[in-house]
Amino acid sequence: MRDSIDVGLSQQLKRAFAICKKDIHIYYLKSPVIVMGILFPTFMFAAFLVGRDLNLNFLMSSLTVMTIFFTSTAVVPLVMPWETRSRTLERLVSSPVSITAIILGDVLASFLFGVLFSLVPLVIGLVLGVTVLHPMIFLLGILSASFCFSSLAAILSTPPTDIPANVMMLSTLVRFPLLFISGVFIPIEKLPSWGRLIASASPLTYFVDIATYSINGIAYYPVLIDLVILIGFAILFLGMSVKLHERNMPKRM
Amino acid sequence: MGAAIKASDLTKFYGKILAIDHLAFEVERGEIFGFLGPNGAGKTTTIRILTGVIKPDLGTASIMSYDILKEPLKAKQVMGILPEMANAYIDLTAWQNLMFLGELYGVPAARRQRRAETLLKKFGLYERKDQLVKGFSKGMRQRLLICMALINEPAILFLDEPTGGLDVQSARLIRNMLSELNQNGITIFLTTHNMEEANQLCNRVAIINNGKIIALNRPEKLRAFSKKLQSVEVAFDKSVDSKSLKLPGVVQVKEMGDKVRLYTEDPNSLLYQMVGYAQANGLKFVTLNFLTPSLEDVFVTLTSSQEV
Repeated sequence: MRDSIDVGLSQQLKRAFAICKKDIHIYYLKSPVIVMGILFPTFMFAAFLVGRDLNLNFLMSSLTVMTIFFTSTAVVPLVMPWETRSRTLERLVSSPVSITAIILGDVLASFLFGVLFSLVPLVIGLVLGVTVLHPMIFLLGILSASFCFSSLAAILSTPPTDIPANVMMLSTLVRFPLLFISGVFIPIEKLPSWGRLIASASPLTYFVDIATYSINGIAYYPVLIDLVILIGFAILFLGMSVKLHERNMPKRM
Repeated sequence: MGAAIKASDLTKFYGKILAIDHLAFEVERGEIFGFLGPNGAGKTTTIRILTGVIKPDLGTASIMSYDILKEPLKAKQVMGILPEMANAYIDLTAWQNLMFLGELYGVPAARRQRRAETLLKKFGLYERKDQLVKGFSKGMRQRLLICMALINEPAILFLDEPTGGLDVQSARLIRNMLSELNQNGITIFLTTHNMEEANQLCNRVAIINNGKIIALNRPEKLRAFSKKLQSVEVAFDKSVDSKSLKLPGVVQVKEMGDKVRLYTEDPNSLLYQMVGYAQANGLKFVTLNFLTPSLEDVFVTLTSSQEV
């Protein structure tokens, strides 16, 4: 029996995918979540567009960034508190699935959710006549940004609480400041030097740069650097979240 | 082949509180092993360590020869688990819960579907397989959780209070199933408050208190140890003076509502005396019960003595 047991990497990936499917079924395919994912970017678009003289290209890149950022970080922080509260977590942890696979499953579900809803501002922008100059770069940016922000959200879910409101508070405290320091509202090149320095510490900045380049053809950093840094942040966040969850998981039991 | 479970020197602190204190025991393959004790004794902590949910501060354990600290995933792969406070996903159907668990254990799709069908039929849930678990009663949920614990055809089954709070029928069904599973070769590690359940099911039981095993033996040996706590409960069709029931061999007489409980070391001989007493006084029996020691009775006795 000893040799026939396979709990290696390929098995862990399959099991992470099973957790992803479970998350999508239980937490994402809910009417309020789907409606929020569609309405949020639509209303944001309308709010900034109607009666204002904003550049449509700038608006589309900013709203795509905000949509991916908010949708990718919306649900993951709540999954662990929900599972703790509904007493399903111990069953999950006692199965032959590593913490890495559990977190990866949660992150994958959020990643898919973020990518899917990025289509909403994109479609609205394209209908209004915006042209994406570098679609492949934009796609790579969307994929890496969604994974990066989902991994960041997995860190936000590490406090060992079963009260979703506690995690929401932390999540808000982290997400909104990030939005304001990352060149979403003011282009990076127009920030003062200290502002640019702070912005460089935020992963969101690099996706803003990729989105701006993809639509306007102008980037503050080299786009390849933007992608590498985004992927670097994603790996860092995923690694940190796994370590923190490993440390805090026994406190949830 | 080694023991199914081998625990060595297991110790766990929660802050400054010592939850379990250098526990060491072995469970043989094919055995039903009962782990008994009052609330807070360390039962759930022990089961959580053995199932790899938490790590001990000291000591180690092996499950089917897999070290739970060094090879936790392999150890977990051969187990089926029913945690005490666990729940199935209430927004999934019974079938979806089983398929999900099967995937977590890497059970191939065709096999997990066959297995799920067999288990749901056996536990009387097949007709409800497509119903969301949020509509299930506590007994149905518990039966589903046992099905989930069995989806991977485990070699060893950990059950933390499997019949706690269940109605009589569900508890009986689960006990029957556990006996059947054990006859098919599955080793079972069971925690319970219920001495009678342990007596019916277990080959051996350990009693734990304040994180230490204070007794480990076959149930009958433990019961024999607390022989003086056995009693006969009786009620007649007419009221009697309880003092008149202080028959030879009766250690203590206690009035319990319309019944009287007589404590004795020899309930068999007392039974004959009771028949004589009833005949002599023209009484008819309304109730006549042999009472085995409760967990509390045995526990109180054992905590005041040395290891058995």
